[in-house]
Amino acid sequence: MSESIIPESELEEVELYHPKSWWTEKVFSQDAKLIAIQYGLTAFAIGFVALVLSWFMRIQIAFPEMAIISEGTYYQFITMHGMIMVVYLLTALFLGAFGNYMIPLMVGARDMVFPYLNMISYWTYLIAVLVLFVSFFTPGGPTGAGWTLYPPQAILGGTPGQETGIILMLVSLCIFIVGFTMGGLNYVITILQARTRGMTLMRMPLTIWGIFTATVLALFAFPALFVSAVMMLFDKLLMTSFFMPALVEFGENLTYGGGSPILFQHLFWFFGHPEVYIVALPAFGIVSDLISIHARKNIFGFRMMVWAIVGIGALSFIVWAHHMYVSGMNPYFGFFFATTTLIIAVPTALKVYNWILTLWKGNIHLTIPMLFCLGFIVTFLNGGLTGLFLGNVIVDVPLSDTYFVVAHFHMVMGIAPVLVILGAIYHWYPLITGKMMHDGMGRFHFWVTFVGSYLIYFPMHYLGFIGVPRRYYEMGQTEALYTSSAADLNVFITIAALAVGFAQLVFVFNVFWSAKNGEVAEKNPWKATSLEWRTPEQPPIHGNFGKELPVVYRWAYDYSVPGAEDDFIPQDVPNEKVTLAEGYSELGVEKT
Amino acid sequence: MVPFILLVIIIGSVLFHLYTPWYSTPIASNWSSIDSTIELTFAMTGAVYVLVLGFMTYCVIKFKSTKKRRADYEPESKKAEVILTVLTTIGVAGLLAPGLIVWDDYVSPPEEAMPIEAMGQQWYWNFRLPGEDGILGTTDARNISADNPFGMNENDPNGKDDILIEGDTLHLEHDKPVKFLLRSIDVLHNFYVPQFRAKMDLVPGMVTFYWIRPTVTGNYEILCAELCGVGHHAMRGEVQVDEASDYQEWLSDQLTFEAIQEQAMLERDNKLALNKSN
Repeated sequence: MSESIIPESELEEVELYHPKSWWTEKVFSQDAKLIAIQYGLTAFAIGFVALVLSWFMRIQIAFPEMAIISEGTYYQFITMHGMIMVVYLLTALFLGAFGNYMIPLMVGARDMVFPYLNMISYWTYLIAVLVLFVSFFTPGGPTGAGWTLYPPQAILGGTPGQETGIILMLVSLCIFIVGFTMGGLNYVITILQARTRGMTLMRMPLTIWGIFTATVLALFAFPALFVSAVMMLFDKLLMTSFFMPALVEFGENLTYGGGSPILFQHLFWFFGHPEVYIVALPAFGIVSDLISIHARKNIFGFRMMVWAIVGIGALSFIVWAHHMYVSGMNPYFGFFFATTTLIIAVPTALKVYNWILTLWKGNIHLTIPMLFCLGFIVTFLNGGLTGLFLGNVIVDVPLSDTYFVVAHFHMVMGIAPVLVILGAIYHWYPLITGKMMHDGMGRFHFWVTFVGSYLIYFPMHYLGFIGVPRRYYEMGQTEALYTSSAADLNVFITIAALAVGFAQLVFVFNVFWSAKNGEVAEKNPWKATSLEWRTPEQPPIHGNFGKELPVVYRWAYDYSVPGAEDDFIPQDVPNEKVTLAEGYSELGVEKT
Repeated sequence: MVPFILLVIIIGSVLFHLYTPWYSTPIASNWSSIDSTIELTFAMTGAVYVLVLGFMTYCVIKFKSTKKRRADYEPESKKAEVILTVLTTIGVAGLLAPGLIVWDDYVSPPEEAMPIEAMGQQWYWNFRLPGEDGILGTTDARNISADNPFGMNENDPNGKDDILIEGDTLHLEHDKPVKFLLRSIDVLHNFYVPQFRAKMDLVPGMVTFYWIRPTVTGNYEILCAELCGVGHHAMRGEVQVDEASDYQEWLSDQLTFEAIQEQAMLERDNKLALNKSN
């Protein structure tokens, strides 16, 4: 896959805005790379809050007699943990952080096409995070409605945080979506408009395909969440009845009437299911590239991988109601949504096969990023297969709303994408900081995180088979269900969870320690082909590339090409500049 | 070390599944077909899990980097991709088809199923049986008051003989199919009895349903399975599956809506009389 005619550049380059003061250089920066780091640090900071909340939850579940937190606090913690992890951490990290850092570099652009808008996007996101965080300190505390925020309970008296917590949550989501839309338009337009010469769509690395498709999904999906948040705010503040039927609150008849709680669920999951893929698709893309680089082999079935990403993205808009099989919606929807949901398993399975077929006959370097990729395949496969239980409507009936669901989604969209994020940080850390991360700490971090997470979530599925419902503050005295062995299992899970939590502290330490004390990274330490490693400076400076933008001659997967001396050919190297291996007259052609 | 840990994970997961002490409770309803679909899904997904991860582990052992090794260059293989797509599609269809057949059964209650209303509110259960006419009277959340906790429509003749159970224990007759009509007067709840394998949300403003036929006598706990506020985890109830004679005995002790109304009226008259005599 190389060489084709490279078009002449049609437009003059426009000079970037260069910062004039410390403030515009270091704080209100318009450089996508710095914005990416701002996004990343903010997301990790609020994500750390969510991680700590989970420790309290796990201790409460394992040792209910201690009552470390009250019922209300427990429900507030599960809500904030879920919402922060899904929206404010994962979405912001993949699109805001990785999207901003990687898109311009990997497509060969100097920056995003709208750098100013890009900056505003981050500051809007920060405000959303702060509004959410403030809700911890308001009267009544943050909302405890569950991250799905289902009405009517989200805005009624039996739920903690219904005074102000729920309002701040909804407002924060709206702000987040406004900020995301600014960033998201930027990512899409930069990919479509600002690719360098020769960078055809089918030469883009899968990382960019994943981020691109996920961003398109997000631009379509988030508006559904936006309207549902606005409507619920109206129901709460103006006593409208979008989602509120006639009902009674602790014996008192309320004035609501005529609304539909199920309408909210449709809107929420119309956003919520694509959201799963907004997180998964960038992870798919990144992991494809990491596997290819560290196995020194082209990704297997590249075109299939691209179409699978696009196909999964499109299908993800017609599967949402599989979250609602037992919601009381028309039961005949079950036939349709079970079918679409199981269809989506086919392209997803193909991706898994192709990752492993990339390893086949590869030259596998068991670097830390590769370890995280292997961990990703294990957890993603596990979570994907349990998705076949929950997607198949009748199998979902006994398992829905139990710990099986909790285990499933943590495995598939918690642990799996997080392993990719961590692997990607180890992979790109030398590019971003110019230093290598400490290897020993990194391997310790990997093994505890991967094995520990597996030990948390694999057995957890079986609590669901017993019938333990999720979102229970305590199990209570139920003879048939909660045998002492189930309580023991919960203790075991909690210990594993705390160990995994501890390993993350080692990771955070490593990130800061290595920035100062790490070994200086050689240029392109993993010998990758993609353009982000081809900048004159490492780390790249504002404007990314030197005087001339790179010109792209080949796809991003020319690893171990027969005839080339090195086992990789960067995308901006034309055939005639490739050093040939002994015995070859040109690439792929042996001397006769 | 890497392949070793991968193998431990694969083998350990299979052994865990085979020997786990934590698995489904003994079934007490007609939905053994649901359990069968779960077993089928386990068998198929388990096989895929072992095969795919086994192959990955093999690759990690066989193609681990050495100084001399160089990877193959093979961009794609149409044949491999077509074969894998077809096999996966067949496998997925093999899971879906039986699943949909059982779902069709699940959403089609038999004609003879007795309608029983389970009514949820924060954070307890009430029940209503249709009485001799076999029809449940209409209700409306707006009718709810201290005197009329079920929100019964007093003008509906079908409601007069409805049996109202203000308590958290429901009795069912062994082997008689029932269609649960689910109603909430405040927030979402979910009527879930693990041993019956079935569940469905209660949604204020509408009536949802599912049906079962209890096949084993005994006591079973009702668990609320949809987050409904701070008392969610404590919202329990009980279903007692009785032999016909025990069931009839229990039934004869329950009061109809009409009887409850009359009682209330009597009490009110008595109070009035008492007040007057004072």
